[in-house]
Amino acid sequence: MSAITYREALRQALDEALGKDERVFLMGEDVGRYGGTYAVSKGLLEKYGPERVRDTPLSELGFTGAGIGAALGGMRPIVEVMTVNFSLLALDQIVNSAALLRHMSGGQFSVPLVVRMATGAGRQLAAQHSHSLEGWYGHIPGIRIVAPATVEDARGMLAAALADPDPVLLFEYPALFETKGEVSGEKVDIASSKVRREGGRVTIVTYGGCLPKALKAAEEVDGEVIDLRVLRPLDLAPVLESVKKTRRCVVVDEGWRSGGLAAEVMARLMEQAFYELDAPVARVCSEEVPVPYAKHLEEAALPQPEKIVAAVKGLFA
Amino acid sequence: MKVPPPPAGKVKLPAKLSLALLADMLRIRRMEEKCAELYGQQKIRGFLHLYIGEEAVAAGAMRALEPEDNIVATYREHGHALLRGVSMDAIMAEMYGKQEGCSRGRGGSMHLFDAQTRFYGGNAIVAGGLPLAAGLALAAKLQKEKRVTACFFGEGAVAEGAFHESMNLAALWGLPVAYLCENNLYAMGTALERSEAQTDLCVKAASYGMATLKVDGMDVVAVHEAARRAREHAAKKGPIFVEFQTYRFRAHSMFDPELYREKSEVEAWKTRGPIHTFTARLKAQGDLTEERFLELDAAAQAEVDEAVAFAEAGTWEPAEHLTADVYTPQ
Ligand SMILES: Cc1ncc(C[n+]2csc(CCOP(=O)(O)OP(=O)(O)O)c2C)c(N)n1
Repeated sequence: MSAITYREALRQALDEALGKDERVFLMGEDVGRYGGTYAVSKGLLEKYGPERVRDTPLSELGFTGAGIGAALGGMRPIVEVMTVNFSLLALDQIVNSAALLRHMSGGQFSVPLVVRMATGAGRQLAAQHSHSLEGWYGHIPGIRIVAPATVEDARGMLAAALADPDPVLLFEYPALFETKGEVSGEKVDIASSKVRREGGRVTIVTYGGCLPKALKAAEEVDGEVIDLRVLRPLDLAPVLESVKKTRRCVVVDEGWRSGGLAAEVMARLMEQAFYELDAPVARVCSEEVPVPYAKHLEEAALPQPEKIVAAVKGLFA
Repeated sequence: MKVPPPPAGKVKLPAKLSLALLADMLRIRRMEEKCAELYGQQKIRGFLHLYIGEEAVAAGAMRALEPEDNIVATYREHGHALLRGVSMDAIMAEMYGKQEGCSRGRGGSMHLFDAQTRFYGGNAIVAGGLPLAAGLALAAKLQKEKRVTACFFGEGAVAEGAFHESMNLAALWGLPVAYLCENNLYAMGTALERSEAQTDLCVKAASYGMATLKVDGMDVVAVHEAARRAREHAAKKGPIFVEFQTYRFRAHSMFDPELYREKSEVEAWKTRGPIHTFTARLKAQGDLTEERFLELDAAAQAEVDEAVAFAEAGTWEPAEHLTADVYTPQ
């Protein structure tokens, strides 16, 4: 086993996918000649050529729709949308086509499409490049939402997503791109959430870019950290198990609070674990503002380890 | 790729206007050179898109517009904001993230705003500003105002649905809007001919019934003349699309290794640089002495130094204000 970066893990996963299956191709803005906006696809154009590492014009709606069509037509496309913010230009195709076709056609047509996109804040890119809308997509039946927070998952989730017969949105976290970790080479699933740190006093539920922050906070408060990994469909079994032990829970979510993913997790705990709890479930989300540019304001807008620790302490007050 | 010959310079503007245009370009150039340096020092963060090489477009166009006009721009908008009248101090402070900045430090380089000069922002969604410009123009038309809306954007935007929908609306409703396309040949690393089946941008706009102009965007005089005509057309007859053929000398943003173009191509375009070609032309015409040039350059540099000092002395918005202005106070 060797340690690689999250970025390299994503690149290796793409390389493997293109190498293994002729039906797989990657398309998106600047994935080829430019080398990928975040250098994730660097070197793949040279290896697989412009048919399979396909640069597109600035047409998110058009090429995402074309990805759906290609998937229907027998290919296994990987569409890259630079960031979740720009995926809003493709929202119609994702929500009104990809997610619905299987059900609407009475089960006749599946869409084996993978859409990758970067998400999250932390790099002073201001409001149009920093939002976390993956929880939003989690509202939509018909798609699977995966959020690799570890290098192992960054390496393994793409293969699992390609094996899925339905559309999968794979969110990548530039805030984690430089983090290093071991990769085992084992297959990973895209169905379950996982305990990332054991602890006895409180259960901290999180995903994606907030995982390192949650782990840091957990050191201080003896927290048990659970990484959701898959935001739709949610697997809360490990959370329910953990809460039985800790009897307290904080949900950490970089999305906004109102109507967010954290709210969904909390609601399910109300439904399924009410009598296990010794305190109301708490949450740490982004402040309800567009993410600002200035560093200190951006930091103030996002979940931080100190805020998580404070929320945990609040449960014992 | 073939690089066109240097600006021909047939038209001659009054000396005073010429010197003003030169000074405008110098102000942008010196400001942005400093920005690049400050980025290296991590004083400016986030994304930073420099306009170096393209200054003739903003310079020529801004002086053709009127104070009542609306401006819509992209994330590559430092020069547009500056020449529209946003102070260099406020722009620099914004890039520092200080509350004295023109967006209080909340927007940064890509989101410069200024209500006073009707500068409706740096928009970082490619083509995001185009429908907005159509709406501003519609409002002006409905309220029988004389203002024109000038919308700047890169050629990458023509692939977006928003471009096509905006062209159609503007033409259909006869809106007083000038769509000013800065064709610098690359959208990040994607060359125009690698993304468009039809590379003649004017043909696209014309297909919606728009008037069109194609202009050498490295020639500030030609730009100015075209922008003047475009404004007049927009005000009197309706929408117009202008393609300014230009080139960016620097990377797309500060993170771009420029794998997609040859150094020699950049060097060839630099021989057409808008500032030095215009300087030479003015000198040849007898409108400019070296001494005067140095004065203009020194003035621009002094303005930059002052703006940096202003930004350095600026203050941080208290984090307690974070949630202010998400909604309008009642
Ligand atoms: C909708 C959308 N998609 C992708 C991007 C990422 N992006 C930022 S700038 C850019 C290139 C745009 O090129 P062009 O319109 O020609 O303007 P230029 O940068 O050359 O001035 C891209 C792809 C974005 N900001 N918005």
